[in-house]
Amino acid sequence: MKTKTFPHGIHPPEGKESTAEKKLEFLPPPEKVYIPLHQHFGNPAEPLVKKGDAVLLGQEIGKATSLFSASVHASVSGKVLSVDGHNHPLGKPVLAVILANDGEERVHPEWAETEDPFALDPEQIRKKVKGAGIVGLGGAAFPTAVKITPPKDKPIDTVIINGCECEPILTADYRLMMEYPEEILKGAELVRIATGADRILVGIEDNKKKAFDFLQQKSSSYSAEVFLVKTKYPQGAEKNLIYALLGREVPRGGLPFDVGVVVQNVGTAKAVWDAVKKGKPLYERAVTVSGNGIKQPKNLMVRIGTPFQAVTDCCGGLHEDVNTIIMGGPMMGLSQYALDVPVIKGTSGILAWASPKQITEYSCIQCGRCVEHCPMGLMPTQLMKYIKYEQLSDAENWGALDCVECGSCQYSCPAKIPLVHWIRLGKNQIISQKRKMSA
Amino acid sequence: MPEKAFILQSSPHFQGSDSVPKIMYTVIIALLPAVAASVYFFRMRAVGLYISCLAASLATEAIFLWIRKKPIHSLWDGSVVITGLLLAMTLPPTLSLELAVIGSVVAVAIGKQVFGGLGHNIFNPALVGRAFLQTAFPVAMTTWLPPATLAVDTATYATPLGNLKFQEAVAQGTLTPLKQLFWGNTGGCIGETSAIALLLGALLLLSKKTIDWRIPAGILLSLTAFTGIFWLANPDKYASPAFHIIAGGLLIGAFYMATDMVSSPIYSKGTWIYALGIGIMVGLVRLFGGFPEGMMYSILFMNTFVPLLNRTFRPRILGERRTAS
Repeated sequence: MKTKTFPHGIHPPEGKESTAEKKLEFLPPPEKVYIPLHQHFGNPAEPLVKKGDAVLLGQEIGKATSLFSASVHASVSGKVLSVDGHNHPLGKPVLAVILANDGEERVHPEWAETEDPFALDPEQIRKKVKGAGIVGLGGAAFPTAVKITPPKDKPIDTVIINGCECEPILTADYRLMMEYPEEILKGAELVRIATGADRILVGIEDNKKKAFDFLQQKSSSYSAEVFLVKTKYPQGAEKNLIYALLGREVPRGGLPFDVGVVVQNVGTAKAVWDAVKKGKPLYERAVTVSGNGIKQPKNLMVRIGTPFQAVTDCCGGLHEDVNTIIMGGPMMGLSQYALDVPVIKGTSGILAWASPKQITEYSCIQCGRCVEHCPMGLMPTQLMKYIKYEQLSDAENWGALDCVECGSCQYSCPAKIPLVHWIRLGKNQIISQKRKMSA
Repeated sequence: MPEKAFILQSSPHFQGSDSVPKIMYTVIIALLPAVAASVYFFRMRAVGLYISCLAASLATEAIFLWIRKKPIHSLWDGSVVITGLLLAMTLPPTLSLELAVIGSVVAVAIGKQVFGGLGHNIFNPALVGRAFLQTAFPVAMTTWLPPATLAVDTATYATPLGNLKFQEAVAQGTLTPLKQLFWGNTGGCIGETSAIALLLGALLLLSKKTIDWRIPAGILLSLTAFTGIFWLANPDKYASPAFHIIAGGLLIGAFYMATDMVSSPIYSKGTWIYALGIGIMVGLVRLFGGFPEGMMYSILFMNTFVPLLNRTFRPRILGERRTAS
């Protein structure tokens, strides 16, 4: 079978060997958890508890305020120490519920098993997904309930389950596929019912052949077809994966809805199953802790709100020379200033290494490598120049807002120009200018 | 304050291993076979030209970096060495060393630094230097010498292309044989004569993807088509495309000068137009122009279109409606 793929892209070193065969371990819940009320795309949740309240595991402690928001749940049982600003992996302090763990793991009584989840109607599934505070676990943390509510005028025919994990180093999704294949496929089936789609396609990069074989074997009992896609970055980017599997192009500025597709990460599919079948809210997730600065790289199931420090301590700590901590993958992750930030719903990895001191930046020599590798068909160097010289309308016409910030351009740039940084700056300027115009 | 603070940086946190100096030094290595061939054929005259061009180019670059208060390390990024080498390679063996120095100063100063240094020049710097010498010292720039390996009358010696243009070599049957051109045992600018040495380096550049294959491909394609039509129509008057490809500066220009990243288009559509344009221009000059050789002016001419091509052609953005359908 020919492996499917998309045009352009890059082949960074994979670096998955150190954790690929390490089973997910459950990290013991720490004594204190810091649960930010804003861990998702959209509006922050509103606190439902106050200092001194007793909380149970899985109890809703933050309420979704609008459609584009997600509930937040307690990841331990215990007492609320405070509701206060706390450092957040996204950069600035966010209101967080700080809980003292009583170690008793008393479960909230509202958890209820559903006898036959496949008999539920779409509305019931969506309600349970929203109640469980599920967001996209691939990294973007978009509220899943919104994603499985297609607009009336946009019929959905295909659900794509994203098992590419194209980011180097990360192996958490791979472990989920190896250890929870049934849950993933069942969760996918629930997404299919909720969106009214006809079929489920699972895309897995061909460097994870084992997971592919395994899922394919299990898929016979569900309406899912499993496909191998080429190992190439960014194969797991939503629009590129849709193109690879279906040959459909999401229109500029559009959503997968526009081409009849809903894409869900494998971890999200599992979370959907857990929520609908067991009533379990999203209070833990799979995290790869790796990079050559980590003494014992591992794949962990971590409670939301666990400080990074507690996670790295469990992995033997950091090597002396570590100067860089990344949340997420090496291509799109966010660098962290300190280890006091908590694991949030979008934390797919915690990576540590020693970065080289300083990279010499050269002038653009117009080699065109960024153009050759851009998976979106953009000209990053040209966008950079437009943005640098504040020609924002040119930057917009040339597709600045179509950039998905995957970093392929900067990776292949011989002049080491921070192209993604420039384009991100331009995107922010274009968007704030538009806001001003419409205000 | 936390115990330990880490570096904050913008994603991506992985960086490929390619770098500007690596690209430049790959080009320099690729030029070495042709440099060796030129020393073999033109002996100390070639050595003298290389030394004067390299020294003058490096000195000019250093002075400009100092005046412009730019970091001196960019002297070693390899780009100015390429300029010096390429200029020397496109000079006739008879040229006096003072003129070679003047050409190098013009190449680096006017061709590169006045635009803002590496990455900002519109024209290929080496060709700017050469064009200046050609215009200012036309006689010195067209006085040829046979290679040291050839025993012929030096007083009336002409290049293969000069022969073709002014001596009606095709009709007389005195056209330089292809085999001689292939090895480089013939007259011309010191670095352009040996086709085999230039192709050897080109193989390295193509296999490492240092240069865009479309540029030499486009040039060879359009030149072959253009000269081929006339050759087929009248083989008694016109030379064959094979002769046009390996005679004169075509190969060095197509693989090492037109491919200069800074002065060639970024996106493949523009690249094709640029390359095809060069090939046709060369054919026009060689067949109907006043000069026997047209490679230098053709590249410089198409260089002027690069900013326009870069602004006109861009790839189709994923999800953008196809303009054709």
